[in-house]
Amino acid sequence: MTSALRDDLATITVLARRDVLRFFRQPSRLVGALMQPVVFWLLIGGGFASTFQYAAAPGLGYMQYFYPGIVVMMVLFASIFGTITVIEDRHAGFLQSVLVSPGSRAAVVLGKSLGVSSVGLTQAALFLALAPLAGFAYATIDWPTLVAFLVLGAVGLAAFGFALAWVTDSSQAYHAVMSIVLLPAWILSGAMFPPGEPGSALASLLRYNPMSYIVSGVRGALQGDARALPPLAGSVAADLVWVAVFAAASVALATWTVYKRR
Amino acid sequence: MPGEAPLLSVRGLRGGYRKRTVLQGVDFDVARGEIFGLLGPNGSGKSTTFLSLTGLLRPEHLELRLDGALIEAGGREMRRRMGVVFQSPSVDPNLSPREHLALTARLHSVPTDKARARIEALLAFADLADRADDKVKTLSGGMRRRLELARALVHSPSLLVLDEPTVGLDHASFERTWTRLTELREREGLTMVMTTHRPEEAARCDRLAILDGGRIVATDTPARLQAAVSGDIITLTARDPDELAAWLKAHLDLDARVTPDSVVIVCERGHALIPRIVEALPTGRLEAVNLQRPSLAEVFSHLTGRAFFSAENPA
Repeated sequence: MTSALRDDLATITVLARRDVLRFFRQPSRLVGALMQPVVFWLLIGGGFASTFQYAAAPGLGYMQYFYPGIVVMMVLFASIFGTITVIEDRHAGFLQSVLVSPGSRAAVVLGKSLGVSSVGLTQAALFLALAPLAGFAYATIDWPTLVAFLVLGAVGLAAFGFALAWVTDSSQAYHAVMSIVLLPAWILSGAMFPPGEPGSALASLLRYNPMSYIVSGVRGALQGDARALPPLAGSVAADLVWVAVFAAASVALATWTVYKRR
Repeated sequence: MPGEAPLLSVRGLRGGYRKRTVLQGVDFDVARGEIFGLLGPNGSGKSTTFLSLTGLLRPEHLELRLDGALIEAGGREMRRRMGVVFQSPSVDPNLSPREHLALTARLHSVPTDKARARIEALLAFADLADRADDKVKTLSGGMRRRLELARALVHSPSLLVLDEPTVGLDHASFERTWTRLTELREREGLTMVMTTHRPEEAARCDRLAILDGGRIVATDTPARLQAAVSGDIITLTARDPDELAAWLKAHLDLDARVTPDSVVIVCERGHALIPRIVEALPTGRLEAVNLQRPSLAEVFSHLTGRAFFSAENPA
């Protein structure tokens, strides 16, 4: 192993481990992170349950429809709250010391993204224990596909959040982008409601939204069949390719941002 | 150390922030084992120099040599060999001192057995052995600063770069920090570069560069810099400084500057003038007499024509 590679691996490990350590040391954060999605799922899901009808999947209840969206929301929120701290950490925190240690900037991005993803995935995993209540039996879930979507999606969202934190450089600006871009992107991903007829404005928007592919893939994996719901009429495999491209592009974007704007 | 190549050589450092060039071409050399200071008021370019050296800011131009070899500022090789002490906190409140040192040892790929001994030694050095496993958020400000210093030393760097290492510390902590720094230099042969805006700190450095408006206006030992400013400073504390100043002018033809509770005279051979003043003055007019050599703040004013301390840069 070259010394550069050894330094990069060390940086990745240290940053990832630190995020996980911090998460488990803050019990309030742990409880909040787990209760919030349950509350969302029950309240919003319960509220829409009686009126929900989806022509493409007759008989599908809203609690079941909404469940994959909540799983993705957990990963998204973990990414947001995990990376907004980068803004302070970079000027008045631990990250300063990492930036003057031998690892590369790419390793910093990867390590932080993996740490944040691990936190999001841990939360998602605990929530997935409730899958049977949503109508997804453990036995029929396509677990490898589900894990692949969640891991790639989480890394992509975390790296994207990292780049955003680096560029905005103020929590207020990050918050603004979160409410104007990130949350709407989740709402319009098919997570909360189906996008309507193919060809509609919403449906075309969905096509260019990376989060749609994560939601669609998670939905497909939970259903245990490889058929995605419209309008992402492609296969789960095609969705996975797009999510992988998103993850790679986000990591590249974040690395470039950190190199460019030190 | 004449004849010996400097450990660090900085040439043509120019740069700053996106729309504002702060440094206009900064050159200095730091000898092995030296404590080198960069003194200047706020906005003089100290922090920009610090950020450029450590790679946190990309300079427009910088020719940097470490041990005689050209090296990228803040590049991987430099990051391996330098330790950095930040002015703002760079610790995680939810981790313990031992964890900080262990994570840093890992970041620098220090072999595990070596790291273990080094961490214990540094915990003792920083006087944190009995708090090693408490979360940083429970430590006092002074303890955190000591942890910052210890953390910068885990990988036994040959060069330590410090940004305002004693900012916000009281006099006692300032003294203790300096005892630690000089002890380090003796024991580990460490070379240090530090930014400071405290003249009394700059006076402790072996050599220093005085920065103003993004340029170095002088580089020398503190003693030689002070010697270049002629004159002694006599401060006479009195109940009525205005009246005293008028009396000095009338009787001894001395020009004096009046402050709210004293009169300040700048002169040559102050030790000879003081007895004349004291003998000539009616008793009871004076409360105290003080004689001092010009401080580095006066050296700064002498070199730049501007006061070192101001509203933006209070003492």
